[in-house]
Amino acid sequence: MTAIIDYGVGNLFSLKSSLSAVGEEAVVTSKVEDLNKADRLILPGVGAFRDARAALSSSGLVPCIMENAAKGKPLLGICLGMQLLFEKDYEDGIYEGLGLIPGEVRSISQAIEPGLKIPHIGWNALSFRNRTQLFKYIKENDHVYFVHSYHATGCEPYTTSVTDYGGILTASVQRGNVYGTQFHPEKSATVGLSILKAFVEIF
Amino acid sequence: MITKRIIPCLDVKDGRVVKGVNFTGLSDVSSPVDLADYYSKVGADELVFYDITASSDGRKLFTDILRKTASKVFIPLTVGGGINTLDDFDRVLKCGADKVSVNSGAIRNPSLVKEAALRYGSQCVVISADVKRVDGVFRVFAKGGRENTGLEAVSWIKRCVENGAGEVVLNSIDTDGVKKGFDIEMLKAVSDAVTVPVIASGGAGCIEDFVTLFKTLPKVDAGLAASIFHFGEVKIPELKKALAENGIPMRLTEEKL
Repeated sequence: MTAIIDYGVGNLFSLKSSLSAVGEEAVVTSKVEDLNKADRLILPGVGAFRDARAALSSSGLVPCIMENAAKGKPLLGICLGMQLLFEKDYEDGIYEGLGLIPGEVRSISQAIEPGLKIPHIGWNALSFRNRTQLFKYIKENDHVYFVHSYHATGCEPYTTSVTDYGGILTASVQRGNVYGTQFHPEKSATVGLSILKAFVEIF
Repeated sequence: MITKRIIPCLDVKDGRVVKGVNFTGLSDVSSPVDLADYYSKVGADELVFYDITASSDGRKLFTDILRKTASKVFIPLTVGGGINTLDDFDRVLKCGADKVSVNSGAIRNPSLVKEAALRYGSQCVVISADVKRVDGVFRVFAKGGRENTGLEAVSWIKRCVENGAGEVVLNSIDTDGVKKGFDIEMLKAVSDAVTVPVIASGGAGCIEDFVTLFKTLPKVDAGLAASIFHFGEVKIPELKKALAENGIPMRLTEEKL
């Protein structure tokens, strides 16, 4: 069973449905006991880092997430949920993330050619840097759906894939049992479902 | 490289997909859930559901359909039609919409775009504009294209983007339903004026119209159409293959029905 961490941000309906589609029981929850009981956790997120970080803190779930991650339970951060896994974020100020993966979250404007549209919205190709278990069912250059203006930097040892948007952007990361995808697997058609299937097969 | 998006639009009334030609003369096409699932399988990059229901019963039916669609179709879903308040945003986002498109609602309430962008993020807010030439000026029309608001279109769209709209759907009333190609002149004026993605709508009749769109206007991010897809006049796999052969970046899928 997968616990989708509900801290009041984002549309979790599609995420829950996409897990059902790969045969995984999922619960959208803000209860510590559900997180402790689950086989794995998903940290979703949309919107601004500051708001999401504040919402996550006030949910009181941070210690529980940290404990479960430390025990080796698989944890997947999606989009802003992935950005929350890092140490520091520079979106309209400097904010502390969970620090589960070394690195910082910065505007993509510093990584891409000037004049390109921000946010980076749409389908883009994945280029593997380290073929993590998450990608066991997909191929190099498969397309996934992105919507973001910030991305993780300084996390090269943990980068598992990148995407090219007039500059190289971090698309996914892994450090041990902690995984992150900047893109939305739950919105990435069959390729995305294959990634979620691979995630729920990790124990 | 980011790919150009092909987006079928489903106009939904009383639980069924309809498509008007020049906004009148509706004809039933199919079940929205089945059609959405079909489009996702043949490679549509995104879907737009447009609720053209007026009654509250119809609106309830629409959210049921939305929920059913979002539980089996895993590509981005934009919902529009009847979005006038933040509660309307809430209603469709809870049923699985990823983006919400506002049209007349933004004209009636100019602060709606700003408030929605603050609450849900710009990525969630799409400004959809029905635009028609009146005495040589691009004017924004409301109420499904029936009422001239007198607003000049380019400055109106720019203002919505400054207020936080993260994407623009530009529907040319002049070319809508005519099937002689997208409104290149109007699209150029808008895509030169904004820095967010622009989705072209209105006028596509054949594959060549999409090739012309993306070749002439590299700044346009997506092409949207309805009846030509619903009636199979343009098939999405063939369209995407033709675009790729013309050097347009495309997401090509191997999915089979």
